Amino acid sequence: MRAHWNRINDWLDHRTGVHTAVRKFLYEDIPASSGWHQVFGSVGLFLFLVQAFTGALLAFNYAPTPGDAYNSLRYILTELTGGRLMRGLHHWGASLMITVVVLHMIQVFLFGAYKKPREATWMVGVVLLLLTLAYGLTGYLLPWDNRAYWGTVVATNIASQAPLLGPYLSRLLGGQGSIGVVTFARFFGLHVLLLPPATAFLIAVHVYLVRKHGVAPAPGDELVPKKKFYPEQVFKDTMAIFAAFAILFVMAVAVRVPLEQLADPTDTSYVPRPEWYFLFLFQLLKLFTGPLEVVGSVVLPGLAVLALILVPFIDRGQMVRLTRRTFAFGFVALAAIGWTGLTAAAVITTPKEASQVAVDYSAPTDWMELSSEELAGVGHFRQENCVSCHAVGDTGSKIGPDLTRTTIHRNAAWMIQHFKSPAGVRPGSAMPPIQLSDSQLNSLAAFLLKLNPQNATALSDAPDFAVQGALVYQAHGCNACHKVNGVGVDVGPSLNGLAQRRSRSWVEDHFADPSKLSPGSIMPPFKFSKRDLDNLMAYLFVLP
Amino acid sequence: MPPHTRRTFYVAAIYGIWGLITAALGLPALIYLLVPPRMRRQNEWVEVGKMAQIPIGTPVEMTFRRMRVDGWKVVSEQNSAWVVKSPNNQITAFGPQCTHLGCAYHWDEAKNEFVCPCHNSMFSIEGKVLGGPAPRPLDQYETKVQGATLLLGRLQTPPEQSA
Repeated sequence: MRAHWNRINDWLDHRTGVHTAVRKFLYEDIPASSGWHQVFGSVGLFLFLVQAFTGALLAFNYAPTPGDAYNSLRYILTELTGGRLMRGLHHWGASLMITVVVLHMIQVFLFGAYKKPREATWMVGVVLLLLTLAYGLTGYLLPWDNRAYWGTVVATNIASQAPLLGPYLSRLLGGQGSIGVVTFARFFGLHVLLLPPATAFLIAVHVYLVRKHGVAPAPGDELVPKKKFYPEQVFKDTMAIFAAFAILFVMAVAVRVPLEQLADPTDTSYVPRPEWYFLFLFQLLKLFTGPLEVVGSVVLPGLAVLALILVPFIDRGQMVRLTRRTFAFGFVALAAIGWTGLTAAAVITTPKEASQVAVDYSAPTDWMELSSEELAGVGHFRQENCVSCHAVGDTGSKIGPDLTRTTIHRNAAWMIQHFKSPAGVRPGSAMPPIQLSDSQLNSLAAFLLKLNPQNATALSDAPDFAVQGALVYQAHGCNACHKVNGVGVDVGPSLNGLAQRRSRSWVEDHFADPSKLSPGSIMPPFKFSKRDLDNLMAYLFVLP
Repeated sequence: MPPHTRRTFYVAAIYGIWGLITAALGLPALIYLLVPPRMRRQNEWVEVGKMAQIPIGTPVEMTFRRMRVDGWKVVSEQNSAWVVKSPNNQITAFGPQCTHLGCAYHWDEAKNEFVCPCHNSMFSIEGKVLGGPAPRPLDQYETKVQGATLLLGRLQTPPEQSA
């Protein structure tokens, strides 16, 4: 058997040379000083492969046109097993890849490994960093939620400010006037068709150059006997890759990547924020106003990139020991302080409403289709702690019957009687009577009649602000004049889509004095506690 | 530690960790691609027509529109069924495609059988295979009569008839 296997191997090697090539690659001489500090390049390459793999898997269930992009991503997140993990790996993989690529550059910079004859290796590396950032920029638009849309509006406007090239860049990105299908198609094309082969090609050139000039030795190490790349350094690279992968996997499982509402170009209240690695640029822009804005948006970043590319020609000294590279250390420390300061300032100055997602659309939002009465029922259901005895799908206790079983749903009248006197309706029932008003019991029954095994989790996970808002809505009898999701009375306007029609401050003023803002309105003034007002407004403003 | 032992450890660790990473990426990928999506929206019953419109003993092709969940979209599409009413008012509704390769078949009045024009599969008025390459009888819709209206549910392969 073994002889047979060896014959196949020999044949393959003779015809293709693959084994010889692999052996040559693995048994390359590397300096004796090589070690853990040189693992970042391999980790970066590994993360690129993870991105390519998870990106391809996402693309199998993704429709690259604006409206469909959002719906297909929701489909991946809410209906496909493992879909959330794939998106998590891709999303956090991007952040991790940028982190690792920057760490790789810092290591090379500190060790002076860009010096003669490795200038070209460094320059190709800088281009690879820019490509990595380009993935971040183009991929940001692809979920087509509010965050994606508004972030890209800002990014394309920055590109359009570039001296001379601005209008052409803007036209190239399809972002003239507004962001739409053309910009989307170009960002998608860049992200999946152009950038990956460009990256793969430049990685090949980068690795070829590393091999051509050899791994940079520490000063004084040139004469020490060399060692082989395999297995010791491969082991160290593998361990580092495993550590990075473990961090990535845990993040993908544990940290939910939210999805905001579908991109809404008319949403005037949205505060766009870029991804964390672009926050420093975003903050830098604030330091330059008026005609100087272009300095912060284009000139300074452009000069920084140019300086980065020209590093090997700016510092042309001989290779020196790490401990004597005080200037390099100082430079990295200054850059790190600058970056951290700008990023921290951007985080601190982010308005609270911009940093928190009111509704996470990466989970089912069936609760949005409930009437306000049914949604208020969720509130009573929670207050009465019904799950301490009843199961709702997979959660809750098993003492009473599972409330998602449609066979136990009779009609509202029967359920209300049962709530008031459980043992009277069902002799032998151990359930205590529910002490709620008739209208509250109506709400509870309406909600329970909506429950089925498919929507149980989605409905019972309705966000608290919406449930509290619906309770306020019901308590003040808003449905006596308004409709939500087709339920209510048509005296006043339907409240669905309110966010598209009115601003929050307008609605607040309208509560205080309706006839002032809507002459002839018969709506009475309302005064709410701050908490009730916040919940009610948040509820009304997420209504589809 | 002797050098060869250290080397063995390195090689074992390299293979082990790469195996682990491949499995941790590959298994979820297979699950993601192969496990069918959670069907959150159930196909519902659709009205196709009045019972009185259906002649007794002669198959009639009835068309109707139905919402179908297609990945992330819900599409409204035209469907049809061959509906047969027996003398005792029992309704059978067949899916409109031949069970061989999915061609549309038709009712041949002269022969009193369903005939598929692609490869000459033939089915009786009860949907049973009379000849040709069809591997199993015609698929049937779930049926329900509400008042005077006929409703069709999901298309199913009758279990007792599956090949």
